[in-house]
Amino acid sequence: MPYSDTLDIRVTDSSLRDGSHAKRHQFTVDHVTSVVAALDEAGVPVIEVTHGDGLGGSSFTYGFSRTPEQELIKAAVKTATQAQIAFLMLPGVGVKDDIREAADNGARICRIATHCTEADVSVQHFGLARELGLETVGFLMMAHSQPPEVLARQGRIMADAGCQCVYVVDSAGALILEDTSDRVAALVAELGDDAQVGFHGHENLGLGVANSIAALRAGAKQIDGSVRRLGAGAGNTPVEAFVAVCDRLGIRTGIDVFKIVDAAEDVVRPVMDSECLLGRMEIMMGYAGVYSSFLKHAARHAERYGVSGAQILVRAGERKLIGGQEDQLIDIALELSKERAEGG
Amino acid sequence: MTATAAIVGPGNIGTDLLYKLLRSRHIEPRYMVGVDPDSEGLKRAAELGLETSHEGIDWLLARPEKPDLVFEATSAYVHRAAASRYREAGIRAIDLTPAAVGPAVVPPANLREHLGADNVNLTTCGGQATIPMVYAVSRVVPVEYAEIVASVASLSAGPGTRANIDEFTKTTARGIETIGGARRGKAIIILNPADPPVIMRDTVFCAIPADADRDKITESVLDVVGRVSGYVPGYRLRAEPQFDDPAPETGGMARVAIFLEVEGAGDFLPPYAGNLDIMTAAATEVGEVLAQEIEAGA
Repeated sequence: MPYSDTLDIRVTDSSLRDGSHAKRHQFTVDHVTSVVAALDEAGVPVIEVTHGDGLGGSSFTYGFSRTPEQELIKAAVKTATQAQIAFLMLPGVGVKDDIREAADNGARICRIATHCTEADVSVQHFGLARELGLETVGFLMMAHSQPPEVLARQGRIMADAGCQCVYVVDSAGALILEDTSDRVAALVAELGDDAQVGFHGHENLGLGVANSIAALRAGAKQIDGSVRRLGAGAGNTPVEAFVAVCDRLGIRTGIDVFKIVDAAEDVVRPVMDSECLLGRMEIMMGYAGVYSSFLKHAARHAERYGVSGAQILVRAGERKLIGGQEDQLIDIALELSKERAEGG
Repeated sequence: MTATAAIVGPGNIGTDLLYKLLRSRHIEPRYMVGVDPDSEGLKRAAELGLETSHEGIDWLLARPEKPDLVFEATSAYVHRAAASRYREAGIRAIDLTPAAVGPAVVPPANLREHLGADNVNLTTCGGQATIPMVYAVSRVVPVEYAEIVASVASLSAGPGTRANIDEFTKTTARGIETIGGARRGKAIIILNPADPPVIMRDTVFCAIPADADRDKITESVLDVVGRVSGYVPGYRLRAEPQFDDPAPETGGMARVAIFLEVEGAGDFLPPYAGNLDIMTAAATEVGEVLAQEIEAGA
């Protein structure tokens, strides 16, 4: 069954949310206005705009926003003609008042993210979002860390709370093809007609597009990407490449291939500080199963304390850190620096 | 002379608290009450020599000798209903639930201000762990903004916390301001499901003036860590406080970062659950201070 009469699947661009990590949360109203205008014109149906760590993420722990995120949401809503504006929130970081404010500012889709074993912390937020008439999406983050049946049970908690589409979120970019389709299939089987299933990929092992195709073949109806990969770690599934592949496969996304490749090159690239590359730190994240947004933080602490950034990431994996625990990367850098001093 | 105490709520928290009170030199735990006749907690308390009942606080308030103190380890709902009855009976209440009927107390920071209150609340586990550090910094320099991250093991976060995670962050943020002394506060909580379970970790960031006396801040932090570890033995710094000059990443503010871990005493709750241990340990500390006040007044 297709997503709608006109679309086989619905694509959400996350460059103005996940890309906030790569941009160290320095987006301006001008950046958002130019990117939203270009994506809207290319036919992207949903554009997500928020601090990288969701509403309320502006902080010492995750990095302060240069422009308040609600101002960015307002600018996006004002600019979009056909696209809907979405926002992300993580229970424990943001609160219900943040959701109300984003809704007042005209955002229509509320995406609520939890670690993939902790879905029950989102129940009160889904309840509020539905009460406000928002469309809802649930993110099960770090989905590589749990088997399909655990994700299915957690997805059921979200769906029962009012979530209309549960995403398998490969926060670490660690899923490999069947890992993705098995998880999506388990959620599709569990949720049936109660909620759709989506997939959010990262490029840390270079598999964003391939995993997204595996996901949609397993029944996913919503797929995330970021134009020009602008996202955490090695970035997200590049929307322009994904759309080109879908076009070749006869899958309708509603996005114009020529317009989106131009938007990526001419509009989004100039907003970026640098390309999102698949370097050694990024590959280590996919390989060791580390949360993608740890990348920039690890690099900064490595420089400050004179230790290896890759080692910080590997130890973050060993400690089984999850999304949101960026504060502990400093603790790891201090530990590594102490070990080095003791080692002489 | 010691003060007598009742524990209301014979669950994990109430039982852990009981073991701590049994070691107290100032408090005699005398009663434990619940509502379930098959409660393991009540059985255990009876074996440890307490008078117990599953007939709730009606039974407790009908005792010919009422306790001086009651420790509420039930739920906010139950405590809101019971608080006025304790007050009418002249029993001081130490509330471990989120009811917030009385003022929130964090022993090193503000307990002495509320010694006369008939009901005090223990705020949140994240608050008990981090507000002392905000207080340690704000008594040396003005703190425009303070932010804390509390990471706890998933297994140690019960359904109440999970269903009300907004209330946790908002209550803790308010405590950072009103008790810790920061002008603005923010709290973040993370539930980590790692197996074996991870012990509680807390990070405290305080914005400080660029020219602050950093040695004096460190000295104050070490002093307050010493005071908290006096009643929570597993409370310790992971590293020396870390100072950062103003930078774009710090929002243009100079800051101090304090890294803590809280290992539980393992009285009844597992040692990783430092977040629960610090609540029962702080409740015991509050009880002991109140008991000594009662002794001094008697």
